Amino acid sequence: MTYPLLRVEDLTIGFPYGTVVHGVSFDVHPGETMALVGESGCGKSITAFALMRLLPPGARIQGGHVIFDGVDLAAAAPHALRDIRGRSLSLILQEPMTSLNPVLPIGMQIAEVMRRHEGIGKAAARRRSVELLELVGVTDADRRYDDFPHHFSGGMRQRVMIAMAVACKPRLLIADEPTTALDVTIQAQVLELLDDLRRQLGMAVLLITHDLGVVAQWADRVTVMYAGRVVEQAPVRPFFATPQHPYARGLLDASVGHDGEAHYTTRRLNEIPGSIASAAGEAGCPFAPRCPDRIAACRRAPPVLTALGPDHNVACIVAAGTDHVAVDR
Amino acid sequence: MSLLTVENLHTRYVSRGRTVTAVDGVSLTVAGGETVGLVGESGCGKSTLGKTILRLVDPAEGSIRIAGEEIATLRQAALAPFRRRMQMVFQDPYGSLNPRQTVATLLETPLKVHGIGGRAERRAQVLDMLARVGLPGDAAERYPHEFSGGQRQRIGIARALVLKPQLVICDEPVSALDLSIQAQILNLLVGLKRDLGLSYLFISHDLSVVRYFADRVMVMYLGRIVESADHVTLWRNPQHPYSRALLSAVPVADPTRARAPMTMRGELGSAPTTGCRFRSRCPVAIDRCSVEDPVLRDVGAQHRVACHRPG
Repeated sequence: MTYPLLRVEDLTIGFPYGTVVHGVSFDVHPGETMALVGESGCGKSITAFALMRLLPPGARIQGGHVIFDGVDLAAAAPHALRDIRGRSLSLILQEPMTSLNPVLPIGMQIAEVMRRHEGIGKAAARRRSVELLELVGVTDADRRYDDFPHHFSGGMRQRVMIAMAVACKPRLLIADEPTTALDVTIQAQVLELLDDLRRQLGMAVLLITHDLGVVAQWADRVTVMYAGRVVEQAPVRPFFATPQHPYARGLLDASVGHDGEAHYTTRRLNEIPGSIASAAGEAGCPFAPRCPDRIAACRRAPPVLTALGPDHNVACIVAAGTDHVAVDR
Repeated sequence: MSLLTVENLHTRYVSRGRTVTAVDGVSLTVAGGETVGLVGESGCGKSTLGKTILRLVDPAEGSIRIAGEEIATLRQAALAPFRRRMQMVFQDPYGSLNPRQTVATLLETPLKVHGIGGRAERRAQVLDMLARVGLPGDAAERYPHEFSGGQRQRIGIARALVLKPQLVICDEPVSALDLSIQAQILNLLVGLKRDLGLSYLFISHDLSVVRYFADRVMVMYLGRIVESADHVTLWRNPQHPYSRALLSAVPVADPTRARAPMTMRGELGSAPTTGCRFRSRCPVAIDRCSVEDPVLRDVGAQHRVACHRPG
């Protein structure tokens, strides 16, 4: 087995008012696409920001490790981080309009990354930027180098962001909901582009999304988060064939796209009752208040991630068959 | 007679001296008890079409008839009785509720505006509607910020239904909601339709949701309907290359299914001035497409498509 490119270990993130990510662990292997899935408020985006050490004001890594290429980013000094960010570890965000500088030509923004990290000259950086724009499918790249972000559509801006992110051939690209703001046909084009680049450049992708269709079609493995915790992780095939955590099962059942033939006249959708807020202030499993399988022991302590098989883990005492252990403890 | 009949509707916006035709000759009907889905990507004019039907935006030309009565040319003051019969549910349950009003006030205002009932009767109707959308009775005295996104959408639905309309135009009603909440709201809309005999015009960019929710589906591209069919036919046998691209682009939550190659390139731009407006992105366009603008024609029972090379 290859040593992981990124190992997140027991990562805990908090704000002054409380902890929002509780001991999250997962690996990303070289060259793979790992999806981090969950609904709004589950902590997936803040986890991504923590990996880059770009947490919003007030948020703090309270514990755990982020081992990337042998370096613990959670403890690294700022100058060491600056050398890694944008070079071997890159990030693209959901909203390409607000993540580009509106008053600089887009080509210059791409060139800046390479000039900073690779110390190349202006002319060389321009040439490489034009090549990158061509690589991500911007036509007439030489002329468009001098255009500003507002000259581009949403899909094209996301391509520019991707060009910037892959400029220094990163080993890991973190993509936080990269296509959520885009139309479905443009989403397909952008995901195709990301996947081509992953193969061409041999990079790994950590794909953060709420869309199970995107996970099934584009990821190798999946980690599902709920209320700041990992609830299940598995390769995509076993995950979609036999999801083990009741939340993961519920999500698949609730999704209209899962059962292709479903129509309102013939089938009612399965609901997950309540909302993510239902667990506020509870001691046990955060999903217990909404869970169809809960037993009394679920309310005692948050379940630990337990191995069900090779590379398939679940945090549920019922699914893992460890409910008696929890009772003994 | 259809509940709603729209014929050759045009809506134009003037922006910096330029005229943009957002809705460009749309015709459609919604029968009593029917759900018609309207799908298309951002900028195709689907929301403008919904707003024009409600006369929140004025049409440039064309006809809008509610149960046979023309409303496209009525003055705003004369529209009130029709507004009672058509209501709208918006996408954003955060932005569409006044944060300074209690839920009771939010729901009572439409009743007051239309002069319905006395104070006690209105109160009873508000509480009845809250119960129908699955909110607790004590919700009435609370403010929108005290509710989750899904509950706020329930409030938005209650406000639309409190006037007992016949037609509800839903503009992306579940797009801002998490998956587990989407199912709750869709089930609620299905139940309300059955209980209250509603018709829906359901506007969405999400094909999976439309597939589940609509009886008939219309696909819109740059201001025009390019294909319309019943929900089974559209998914089994889409005829317009744009419909096919749209359907194949939806990622299926099944990793054993191969990804469909994306045949359509480019993005929604402005319409070419001659011929078919889709031709610049179309994988099967021929010379004729740049000369002759295709019109909607029948290709099967209740199945219409605007394309020179369907299938």
